[in-house]
Amino acid sequence: MNPEELFYCETHEWVSITDEGGSKTATVGISKFAVDQLTDLVFMELPEPGTEVAAGDEFGEVESVKAVSSLYAPVAGKILEVNHDLPDKLETLSEDPYGAGWIIRLEVSDDSALENLLDYQAYQKQCAEED
Amino acid sequence: MRNRLATQPLFDLSKPGRRGARLPKCDVPVQELEQLLPAWTQATEPPSLPEVTEPEVIRHFTNLSTLNMSVDTHFYPLGSCTMKYNPKRNERLAGTHGIVDLHPYQPEDTIQGMLQLLYELQEMLAEISGLPAVSLQPAAGAHGELTALMVAGAHFRESGEIRTKVLAPDSSHGTNPASARMAGFESVMIKSSDAGFVDMDDLRSKLDEQVAVFMITNPNTLGIFDRQVSEISDLVHKFGGLIYLDGANMNAILGVTRPGDFGADMMHFNPHKTFSGPHGGGGPGAGPICVNEALGAYLPVPVVVEEDGRFRLEYERPRSIGRVRSFFGNVGVLVRAYCYILSHGPDGLRRVAENAVLNANYLLSRVRHILPVPHGQRCMHEFVATASDLKKKAGVTAMDLGKRLLDYGFHAPTVYFPLTVPECLMIEPTETESKETLDAFAETLFRITEEPADLLHETPHSTYTSRPDEVTAARKPQLKWSPTSDSDKTNH
Repeated sequence: MNPEELFYCETHEWVSITDEGGSKTATVGISKFAVDQLTDLVFMELPEPGTEVAAGDEFGEVESVKAVSSLYAPVAGKILEVNHDLPDKLETLSEDPYGAGWIIRLEVSDDSALENLLDYQAYQKQCAEED
Repeated sequence: MRNRLATQPLFDLSKPGRRGARLPKCDVPVQELEQLLPAWTQATEPPSLPEVTEPEVIRHFTNLSTLNMSVDTHFYPLGSCTMKYNPKRNERLAGTHGIVDLHPYQPEDTIQGMLQLLYELQEMLAEISGLPAVSLQPAAGAHGELTALMVAGAHFRESGEIRTKVLAPDSSHGTNPASARMAGFESVMIKSSDAGFVDMDDLRSKLDEQVAVFMITNPNTLGIFDRQVSEISDLVHKFGGLIYLDGANMNAILGVTRPGDFGADMMHFNPHKTFSGPHGGGGPGAGPICVNEALGAYLPVPVVVEEDGRFRLEYERPRSIGRVRSFFGNVGVLVRAYCYILSHGPDGLRRVAENAVLNANYLLSRVRHILPVPHGQRCMHEFVATASDLKKKAGVTAMDLGKRLLDYGFHAPTVYFPLTVPECLMIEPTETESKETLDAFAETLFRITEEPADLLHETPHSTYTSRPDEVTAARKPQLKWSPTSDSDKTNH
């Protein structure tokens, strides 16, 4: 996925929405900046498919040698698919955060939260301030 | 040069037939084992124990003991941990026969001295905290947090209020939200303002009648005293909630102000920090809690009470949350705290705080010319510097600086905590260090920042192990020695 075309949460998750015949699917991951800040990753906790989440809900956790960080859902929906390979291959997150490093796919029930997300330019600005 | 002789596991040193001691020939008639013990109780193989000589064992433990850093040997500016010197007087007094030979099952009449000591310690902590009811039972600071939250839970249950949330700022110790969850509450994070204080707007937006407790560390983990604390207390109290003070940073305010006076309803002390108990080997610690009068009824049992000059352990407290620890808590640490408080007296304790704050500010005034300190030019007992610029400029991280300090004979500061400051180093010198030591530390830190990045990435060079593989250690921890594992021999 092209990072310039994604939307971002202040909490560093990215989301990409595809619309297939009226049903919207969201793919969610975390940004390269977030992975770099976390440094060496050690564990990841993922939800079960079928779980319903609201925008801003915690859906998982990623732990590095430095800290544990929560993962938050950018939009509301039902979890369709979870990238179960990730916890055993955490290096995927740093090698390909916008591709093979995707974390969950959601069937979007409400995408109104999209309005509050940052576009690539705004997100880059936030990262520069945080760094 | 550090000596590595005999520092491998004793099982790896073992050679069949080696002995540390030989027993004299038996000079009484020998009876067959079978006549003494039934067959089913007898092992079929001898126990697997290392076979080593006395000098090997002595070298093993003596050399291992020199591989560590300690407050007795090194400057140890580990922020948030208050690694002050542990006076040897405490050890001497805590080691007297009248104290170490006691047994918790002794009749109360024969332990009046110890009960008096614990009673007086309760009174002292009540006076220092400004909160009158005390439990010495919790075995660590985090255990104190959990106990106090259980006390709060009991209080709300009794008054029929359903309160589900515990609030804590994003700069708080990780134990705060963890204790909240363990005590059955939902943990809610409150943002900090740019200045490092509690963001009052965020607090207001999250306050409601479901909030049981607001947990605050003051001074906070950035080493700054949140002057809004009385306003915060009033606000939380208005909604019927309670204020918990995480007492980890009491060293900064001892005898200067009291949590009970700025609105706290409950708090814990860390005697191993504030009152110079040893931080050895992960414990035993203690985390006594002090609470306001109304909450006193819920404290764990037993509590030491006095009646007509006699002391006893009171168990009959119907509203108590019950026991949180076997016997009377970790008495050994409490005895040291008692010695420390009595040695200093009220004026002495105030000077502890004043000197801790003075030392931290002196070191801050030197370090801020080396690394930026984002939260101001003044601090309480500790401050947080950042290597963020250095990382951008030269690729040198807080981790690199900490590791390199070990080579120069300084323990590293706390790094990467609090989570609100990137690439941070949290430095707490404590009151027991001299100006010369602080100067030497600042000069060393400066020297390190001038060193080439490539060198720093490979440090430390002088320690037994350089950089352990933290990822493998977390993912595939090897927690016990086993004869088949080769990695033990190469990767200590």
